[in-house]
Amino acid sequence: MRGLRRDRCPLPGPVTGLTVPLSDLEMIGSNRSGRLTGESVTDPSWDQQNTDGPAIARALRLVPGGAFAVVRIVVCVKQVPDSWAEKKLNPADNTLDRDAADAVVNELDEFAVEEALQIQERLGGPDDCQVTVLTVGPEKAIESVRKGLQMGAGDGVHVVDDAIHGSDALATSAILAAAIERLAPDLVLMGSESTDARMSVVPAMVAERTGRPQLTFAGKVDIADGTVTVQRVTDYGYDVVEAPLPALVSVVEKINEPRYPSFKGIMAAKKKPVETLTLADLGVEPAVVGLSGSWSAVQEFAARPPRAAGTVVTDEGDGGTKAADFLSAQKFI
Amino acid sequence: MALTVSREFTDPSAAELLPTVRQMCDDLLAPRAAAAEEAGEFPREVFRTLGAAGLLSLPFPEEHGGGGLPLHDYLQVIEELASAWASVGLGVSVHTLACFPLAIFGSAEQQQRWLPAMLGGELLGAYCLSEADAGSDAAALTTRAERTQGGYRVSGVKSWISHGGVADFYVAMVRTSDDGPKGISCLLLDADSPGLSARPPERKLGFSASPTAQMVFDDVPADGDRLIGQEGSGFGIALAALDGGRLGMAACAVGIAQAALDLAVRYAHERHQFGRAIADFQGLSFLLADMATQVAAARALYLTAARKRDRGEPFGVEAAMAKLFATDMAMRVTTDAVQVLGGAGYVKDYPAERYFREAKALQIVEGTNQIQRVVIGRGLRPS
Ligand SMILES: Cc1cc2nc3c(=O)[nH]c(=O)nc-3n(C[C@H](O)[C@H](O)[C@H](O)COP(=O)(O)OP(=O)(O)OC[C@H]3O[C@@H](n4cnc5c(N)ncnc54)[C@H](O)[C@@H]3O)c2cc1C
Repeated sequence: MRGLRRDRCPLPGPVTGLTVPLSDLEMIGSNRSGRLTGESVTDPSWDQQNTDGPAIARALRLVPGGAFAVVRIVVCVKQVPDSWAEKKLNPADNTLDRDAADAVVNELDEFAVEEALQIQERLGGPDDCQVTVLTVGPEKAIESVRKGLQMGAGDGVHVVDDAIHGSDALATSAILAAAIERLAPDLVLMGSESTDARMSVVPAMVAERTGRPQLTFAGKVDIADGTVTVQRVTDYGYDVVEAPLPALVSVVEKINEPRYPSFKGIMAAKKKPVETLTLADLGVEPAVVGLSGSWSAVQEFAARPPRAAGTVVTDEGDGGTKAADFLSAQKFI
Repeated sequence: MALTVSREFTDPSAAELLPTVRQMCDDLLAPRAAAAEEAGEFPREVFRTLGAAGLLSLPFPEEHGGGGLPLHDYLQVIEELASAWASVGLGVSVHTLACFPLAIFGSAEQQQRWLPAMLGGELLGAYCLSEADAGSDAAALTTRAERTQGGYRVSGVKSWISHGGVADFYVAMVRTSDDGPKGISCLLLDADSPGLSARPPERKLGFSASPTAQMVFDDVPADGDRLIGQEGSGFGIALAALDGGRLGMAACAVGIAQAALDLAVRYAHERHQFGRAIADFQGLSFLLADMATQVAAARALYLTAARKRDRGEPFGVEAAMAKLFATDMAMRVTTDAVQVLGGAGYVKDYPAERYFREAKALQIVEGTNQIQRVVIGRGLRPS
């Protein structure tokens, strides 16, 4: 297992207000990142073709010696404050006030769980493909694992340790990576960002730390012949990116429509196993995580200023053009 | 807006279901209700999503694919759904009403054959009792099932049938002899039975997204095994189904009234006149206080009746009381909610006027509130 090694970390630290363009982060692991197949599609109409399930199952499950192997998927989920609620920071240590709002599963992570379940269905069900939900977070975060189990995942892993409180993206990615090394899945699925921190960097960091190719912003995922192929959503449409398994894929909300847990799923989830792990179990040094071990720190924060007046476009015959200019300047069109 | 009601359940599993129900209300029902009601569009796909989540089978036994929940807990789910979108709460209740005869009075063989699909979430049911000339006096129904060699041929017209034309199966009370209430039998028919058709949906005051239509039975063939219970026992089955159905209507009424109350309270705190929030005027806050009290009382009444039924005790009178009180309450509370919003309550930008129109229907369906009083009055005997 690979621990956290700062000497390999290309990011300067500690920094405040860290914003790293995703493209830079992807460069970090470029030698192992998903390979562009050269197919770049500007037409945003999605390839809705269904892949041949049994064929994939055959292709993927055949391991040397001809035996069939189970495909293992780990989905990372994060508990966040309800995205509609007003979020608050705790002035004592400048971390998120988790009691200020209802806690929910990060929305994009539900898409990742759904995608894992759909892949599982295509591969033939739980006997052929195991789906594990993984979260790093306080006691209460087990609720987000439970939600994944209610949706249909088979088991869960909850990394909980007092020393984790205040971990930034880099520190969190170290913990996730350690848990993933331990679980050694064929595929890691994540949401491409969380609604609280909105940095969009954790998938790239985890991929780098675990030495997996990263295929980010996936709007479609296919698995065949030990290869994962995704449609990577871009401003102009999508790129087709593929990589050998094991790999890490982060998904965008286009990818599917997450199911609601069914009543039967809710009942069944109560009996599903959830493993609780500490940092010690994972061999992660407490010193490299938490507030003190984080490379970025929130030094101060201020309440959002009241909403400014909107832009009024007066129509002098050219209202349509002005509105279009505004929208295109904001990249809406 | 999500309900702020704190709930108690008999079965702890129901408490775990509640967040999912509320998430569906917030994401799937509330945002679409106004537009779909305005357009008169039946949200068939919403029922599929509810069905996939197991919400179309909650009060039925697990052995047949149901959720095995007590009525007490199931009804609170109905209340939540109705609060977000009354046509959906009503629709789930009507579906339950349509599954009830087979689930309770069907033979084991019939149950094995049809019930799993009816409870599986993909199918939707309708309940056909009323006719143009047999409403409150339902036992006067004339839709006739003539015996044939292997079963029956059914002819007649049923009126005001919820889900008429969109349902996948119809449970119909039909006359098999001229022996008054004892000449009525209960048949379970597929929507695609030859000769079965729906007239165009009625244009209604409210519940426009829930189609109500006449169902025409034009010499519809029914195999003998489509008969639920004994020949002649259909009226008893129909009334037994209505006992539970009336609690469904009470739960819908409480849901609508709660939504109206929530809206009125929010508005009264936001709206300022004479330099202060209108909620600060005692004249208005007493109105809100009465509304809140009535909603709470109606909820307690229907839950008490449900617990009685869950204990296996007779509950017909209590169900009638709950239906009467809750639906009359909803009419008053929604009327007052329109009043609290003033002009804004009368225009369609706010849902207050829609709640008001919806409440009216609940005083009529599944036995008018006069008929509920007949049922309650009959139950009052010196001991
Ligand atoms: C939206 C909607 C959905 C419906 N869905 C269904 C459905 O799915 N299936 C179904 O079978 N039916 C359905 N109905 C029909 C409904 O059950 C009947 O409308 C109801 O039973 C009343 O019958 P009626 O309309 O013939 O009124 P009537 O019986 O003609 O009553 C007219 C008035 O006379 C009063 N009255 C009648 N008898 C008495 C009495 N003995 N004492 C005092 N007052 C009396 C009534 O209370 C009422 O005020 C639906 C109706 C509506 C509006």
